[in-house]
Amino acid sequence: MALPQAKQDALAARIAGLDLPKGGWLGEARAEALARLTAMGLPGKRDEYWRYTDPTALTAPQASAAVFDDSDEPPVFDAIDRVKLVFTDGIFDAAASDDPALAGVEIERLALAGAANIHWAQGLYGVLEARGQNPVPRPLAALNSAFATDGLLIRVTGRAAKPVSLVYQHKSESSDAILHHVIKLEVDAELTLLENGPAAARFLKVLEVEVSDRARFHHIRAQGRDHERLAATHIFARLGTESLFKSFTLTANGRLTRNDCVLELTGDDAKAHVAGAAMGDRDFHHDDTVFVTHAAERCESRQVFKKVLKNGAVGVFQGKILVKPGAQKTDGYQISQSLLLDDDSQFLAKPELEIYADDVKCSHGSTSGAIDETALYYLRSRGVPLKQAQSLLVLAFLAEAIAEIEDEAIADDIRGRLEGWLHRHES
Amino acid sequence: MLEINNLHVKLEDEDKVILRGVDLKIGPGEVHAIMGPNGSGKSTLSYVLSGRDGYEVTDGSATLEGEELLDMEPEERAAAGLFLAFQYPVEIPGVGNMTFLRTALNSQRKARGEEELSAGDFLKLVREKAKTLKIDADMLKRPVNVGFSGGEKKRNEILQMAILEPRMCILDETDSGLDVDAMKLVSDGVNALRDGKRSFLVITHYQRLLDHIKPDVVHIMAAGRIIKTGGPDLALEVENNGYADLLAEVQ
Repeated sequence: MALPQAKQDALAARIAGLDLPKGGWLGEARAEALARLTAMGLPGKRDEYWRYTDPTALTAPQASAAVFDDSDEPPVFDAIDRVKLVFTDGIFDAAASDDPALAGVEIERLALAGAANIHWAQGLYGVLEARGQNPVPRPLAALNSAFATDGLLIRVTGRAAKPVSLVYQHKSESSDAILHHVIKLEVDAELTLLENGPAAARFLKVLEVEVSDRARFHHIRAQGRDHERLAATHIFARLGTESLFKSFTLTANGRLTRNDCVLELTGDDAKAHVAGAAMGDRDFHHDDTVFVTHAAERCESRQVFKKVLKNGAVGVFQGKILVKPGAQKTDGYQISQSLLLDDDSQFLAKPELEIYADDVKCSHGSTSGAIDETALYYLRSRGVPLKQAQSLLVLAFLAEAIAEIEDEAIADDIRGRLEGWLHRHES
Repeated sequence: MLEINNLHVKLEDEDKVILRGVDLKIGPGEVHAIMGPNGSGKSTLSYVLSGRDGYEVTDGSATLEGEELLDMEPEERAAAGLFLAFQYPVEIPGVGNMTFLRTALNSQRKARGEEELSAGDFLKLVREKAKTLKIDADMLKRPVNVGFSGGEKKRNEILQMAILEPRMCILDETDSGLDVDAMKLVSDGVNALRDGKRSFLVITHYQRLLDHIKPDVVHIMAAGRIIKTGGPDLALEVENNGYADLLAEVQ
């Protein structure tokens, strides 16, 4: 079915200035992605999965300018021993990066590796994204696969001794970055990936992850700073037998953040946990859209999302668990909660379960509430000042999501970051 | 120490008057008990003194060593030396008991211009106090009061009292929900804090607690007022005869 003319025009305007490099395996993958995008068109307010988040700013031809956050707080993860790879306004910045040498990990730049005729990433780039287009279309991810300007291809063959840390700097107020990373964890491999930084005025990112049998992937990211920035990120992951996938996202600041996470459990006994803690003030809008497909037996999935909202901030959660026929003994858990610090803030949640196997355990819950006044009084009656008592209760509320981070040093770093933010609001 | 004069209190959202002129004076080192039938205003008195929302003071005053409590925020009252052991200690999921205790102690020290306690010194202090109340390491690690039994919750209240070292302690039905052994343990904890200077106001329904925590003065409260004051014998009288005679006497 052809797209209506208005949709065709909007798409043409959005991609008019973008470059579609040809040649090599990547050129073919890009052309296929463009074909997918052309068939879908850009997302609109009427689309089922964009009802709570207006995609206009993401689909507009130009990115609106975003000024920089001038706070002098040190970046998160600075104290963690890691291999740091820096992108400035969406372009790899070798001078600011560490030497990418790490035993058991091969790291290549997308732009350089794409020209070859054959590459391991061929079977993944745009492939996991394409699988994730059904049943819910994700046009911005297809746009990303077609027009990504940079990114990394990371192949993990062993257990990485330290995390690979991607740092996204934002230096031009009007930067419009499109990054696409592919990570392949071979059998028994293990990697921790860290991501932080505001990236660009407008940031489109796709992360495709293949977690092979018994491999373990840990992902911790902090989205913060530069309140006016816009971001739409996608994770597409496929999990093999007895593999582990864990992703945690901390978000503070950001006028518009949409994080899609599409997970497919294809091997028996795999585990996928995805969690998020978000804190928003004023015109903050944050959307977590998660789709977990159980296609194998005895797999476990957990979705834990917590949002603290005030002064009219908006939080969105759209989470789905699909249990395919034959995916017996599935254990699916989903919780999304918001703490509304005033009457102006909003939390919109759409939990979904779709189950085609008869021996499964799936649960979901969603709540919105104010801070517990009785707990607040109890803390104050013990001498804890009001603002500090509120901060303690906010941290307590977010604790279940942060508990999804396995590495204690990284979890402490995230907790410390949250405490810092909260203390600043205390004064 | 604590002086309450002509205290009148109503519910903030309703036209319901609860306290109708309470007068009470507790000297340093004294232990006073308040007994009274359900609905007489005993718990309300403790809430109003500690600064809970939802009540409106329409008249009267309450001072702690000359300072007006009713003008202070709850945390200021705590820093000034007031402590309320709750009838129903509050569960706070996600906040570790140790974090809670340390934050409370250091907040109070900071408010009083004292130096905050280091992690090491604090740990030593808690271990020592916890031991006498038979509170194990696991209870200290768990979130505040979450999954605690009734007795554990009350012991945790007394532990907070022992660590915060308030000048004026109010115990609101600390005996409710306790078995005989737990009551003994809690009472011993309270008695250990009696040092001749610290004052106590013990709110209870039953004389039994007063066998363990011996009061100097016993007050009977009814319909929002203290209707009779006497020595420890008054508690025994209530235990034997109930409140009916006393209520009839004043009417």
